[in-house]
Amino acid sequence: MSVVTLSQIQFAVTTIYHFFFVPLTLGLAVLVAIMETLYVRTNNEMYKRMTKFWGKLFLINFAMGVVTGIVQEFQFGMNWSEYSRFVGDIFGAPLAIEALLAFFLESTFLGFWIFSWERVSKRLHLAAIWLVAIGSSLSALWILIANSFMQQPVGFAIENGRAVMTSFLALIQNANVWVQFPHVIFSGFTTAAFFVMGISAYHLLRGRTEVFKRSFQIAAVFGSLSILMVILIGHSQAQHMVQTQPMKMAAAEALWETADPASLSIFTIMDQKTGENLVDLRIPNVLSLLSYNRLTGEVRGMKDLQAEFEQKYGAGNYIPSIFVNYWSFRVMVGVGFLMAAIVAYALYNVLRNKSDGKFKFLSLFPFFMILPYLSNSTGWILTEMGRQPWVVYGLLKTEDAFSPNLTPGMVLTSLIGFTLVYGLLLVADVYLLAKYAKAGVETAPQKAKRTTDEEAYWE
Amino acid sequence: MELNVLWFILIAVLYIGYFVLEGFDFGVGILLPFLGRTDLKRRVMINTIGPHWDGNEVWLLTAGGATFAAFPQWYATLFSGFYLPLFLMLIALIVRGVAFEFRGKDDNPRWRALWDWCIFFGSLIPALLWGVAFTNFVKGVPIDANMMYTGGFWNLLNPFALLGGVVSVLAFTLHGAIFLTLKTHDEISTPARKIANQLWVPLMLALLVYTVVLYLTTDVVNRLGWNPGVVPIFTVIAFLVTGWFLRQKRDGWSFVFMAASIALAVITIFRILFPSVLVSSTDLAYSLTIYNSSSSDYTLSVMSTIALIFVPIVLAYQGWTYWVFRKRVKSNPQELHY
Repeated sequence: MSVVTLSQIQFAVTTIYHFFFVPLTLGLAVLVAIMETLYVRTNNEMYKRMTKFWGKLFLINFAMGVVTGIVQEFQFGMNWSEYSRFVGDIFGAPLAIEALLAFFLESTFLGFWIFSWERVSKRLHLAAIWLVAIGSSLSALWILIANSFMQQPVGFAIENGRAVMTSFLALIQNANVWVQFPHVIFSGFTTAAFFVMGISAYHLLRGRTEVFKRSFQIAAVFGSLSILMVILIGHSQAQHMVQTQPMKMAAAEALWETADPASLSIFTIMDQKTGENLVDLRIPNVLSLLSYNRLTGEVRGMKDLQAEFEQKYGAGNYIPSIFVNYWSFRVMVGVGFLMAAIVAYALYNVLRNKSDGKFKFLSLFPFFMILPYLSNSTGWILTEMGRQPWVVYGLLKTEDAFSPNLTPGMVLTSLIGFTLVYGLLLVADVYLLAKYAKAGVETAPQKAKRTTDEEAYWE
Repeated sequence: MELNVLWFILIAVLYIGYFVLEGFDFGVGILLPFLGRTDLKRRVMINTIGPHWDGNEVWLLTAGGATFAAFPQWYATLFSGFYLPLFLMLIALIVRGVAFEFRGKDDNPRWRALWDWCIFFGSLIPALLWGVAFTNFVKGVPIDANMMYTGGFWNLLNPFALLGGVVSVLAFTLHGAIFLTLKTHDEISTPARKIANQLWVPLMLALLVYTVVLYLTTDVVNRLGWNPGVVPIFTVIAFLVTGWFLRQKRDGWSFVFMAASIALAVITIFRILFPSVLVSSTDLAYSLTIYNSSSSDYTLSVMSTIALIFVPIVLAYQGWTYWVFRKRVKSNPQELHY
C-alpha cells in the first residue's frame, strides 16, 4: 500500500478512536457539573455521592481522551507535511489557540478538581468543574473552526502556492462552524445522557434507587433537549451541505442525475463503476423538501457535479465512495431518530415518576449506550470521507497532502503500533468503566477497612 | 520587535515551561522503581505530581500548536522528519498518562505492576528522546533544498545525540528527585535527596563531555563565539549552585536553581540555533530559519495578540494550583487519589 493510503488508514484509526472518548467528555463534564451544582445548592449529600460516582467514570474516560489527543496535535506534521505546509498559515492558529485557551483550562482545573475535594470551599470546587466543562467545549469549538476550513475554506488567499490567512474573523464566522459546532456539542451531550441512563438503568433494575433514580431523571431531561437540538441543527447542517458540498449530499443520497424535485432514497444498491443504481427505492420530493423546506428545488446529481469539477479543477475522479457516504449517512440519521424515540420514551416514564424508577424495557437501556457511539463515528466518517478526494475542499487533494519523505514501512510500523496500543488500552478502559459502573455508589465511609487492607497487603 | 523573533522566543518559552514542569514528572516516573519500594510509596510519589502532570503536558501541546501556527514549515519538516522517534515518544506519553489514572483503580498487584512499568518507560523514553532531538537540532540533520528531511531513523540516533539523551535523562531524574524532596516526608524525601546528590556528579561530567563534543563537532564556535555570553555561563553557575544547596539540604533553593539550570540550558540551545530552527547538515543554506519557515505577518500578529493576553492568564492559574497543592503528600491512603 502507498504512504498516502496507509496514512489515511492511520488517521481514520487514531481519529475515530480519539472520538470515542471526546463526546462523552463533552457531555459528562456538563452533567457532573450540573450534579455538583445541585449539591452545592441543596446541600443534599446524595448529590455529592452522585457527583463522585459519575466523576470517577468521567476521569477514566477523560484520561483516554487526553492521551489520544496528543497524537492529533502532531500527526498533521508527521503524516501530512504537505498539507501542513499548505494550510499552516491558517490551520495552525486555531490548533494553537485550542491548546492555549482550552487544554490548559480543562487539564489544570480537572487536576485541581480531583485533588481538592474537602480542601477548598464548595463553591470554588464547583467552579473548577464548570471550568473543565467550558474548557472541553471551547476545545471542540476551536478544533471545529480548524476542521471547518477544510470543509469550507474562507478568509484566505493563495500566495506562492500556499493558503494564507486574510481574515481571522472570517475563519471564526465561517458558516460551517456554526452548524457543525452545535451539532457536535449536542451529540456529545446526548452521548453522556445515554451513558448515564444506561448505567443508572443497570442499578435501578437491582433496586438501587438511591442516586440512580435521580441520575436517570437528570439524564433523560438533558438527553431530550440535546437530541432535539442535534436533529434540528443536523437538518440545517444538511441544508448547508447541499449548498457548500453538493457532491457529499449527492453521494449520500446515491443521486446520479440532477433532479427537481429530488427524491429521498429509502434503500439503494449502487454500482459506483457504472454509475447506476441496481435497486432504488425512493420517496419523491422529500430530498427537495429536506434541502429547501419546500416540495421543489434542484438537487444536483453526481454526474453533473463530476463534469463541472472536471472543468473547474481538471481531469480526475471527484466522486467519493458512494457506499461509505450512503450508509454512514443512513446509520447516523437512523440511529439519531432511534435515540430521539428512546429518550422520549424515557422522559415519559420519568414524568410518571414511579417510586422504584423501573419501567418496561428499562433492561434495554444498558445496551442503548452503544447507539451514540455509532452515530458519532458514522457522522465523522461521512464528514471526512464525503469530502474526498479533497483534504481542503476545492483547494488541496488528499493525494497531494501526505509526507513525501515517509516510506510505507514507516507508516505501517506506526499504524500497527498505534492500533495495538489503542486496542489494549480500550480493553483496560472498558474493564475499568464496567468495574466502577457496576460497583455503584460509595455509601458509608469505607476508610478503616481500606487502610488496614492495604497496609497488610502491601507493606 | 519583529514578529518572527517574538514567536521564536515564545516557542522557547513554551519549551522552557514544558521541560521545567514536565521534567520533574519524568524524573518522578523514572525514580518510581528505585524510590518506590512499596506500593504505598509508589502511590505517594505519583500523587506528588497527580494534580499537575496533565496541565504540564499541555505545555508540549501548546508548543506543538504554536510551531504549527507560527512556523508551519518547521512543524512539517520536523515532525515528518523525526517520524519514528516521535511515534515512540507519543506511545510513551500515551501509556504513561493512562497509567497515572488507571493504576490505582484496581488492587491486583499485577495490574499495578504493569502500569508502574508503563510509567517508568513512559517517562524514560521521552526524557531520553528530548535530549536526542535537541542535540540533533543543534548538530543539524540532512535536509534538502525543498525543506524535506532526507535522512533515516538511525541518523537521528547518532552517538552525540544519544549523549544528549543521557544528559536530559540525568537532568530530569535529578530534577524529579529534588521535587520529591520538597513534596514528600522523610521516608521518601531522605532517599530522594541522597539520589539527587549522587546524580549531580555524573550529570556535571556528562554536561562537560557534551560541551566539549559540541565545540569539537559542530560550528557552534562560529555561531556563539569563543566567549559564549552570559546565558551559558549562568547555566553552569546555576547548576553549581544547585549542587551546593543540595549538600546544604536546602531543598527549596535546590529546586529553584535546578529549574533555572534547565530553563537557561533551553535558552542556550535556542540562542545557538537563532535564527535557524532546523539546521541542515546537507547544506547550511537549506536550513529552516524563522524567516523562511514562518507564517504570514498577519497570522503572526493575530496570534501574538492572543498569546500576549492568554499566556499570562495561564501562568497565573497554573501557578495558583501549585500554591494550593504546596503541602507535602502524606502516606495516608485515604488522602491519595491515585
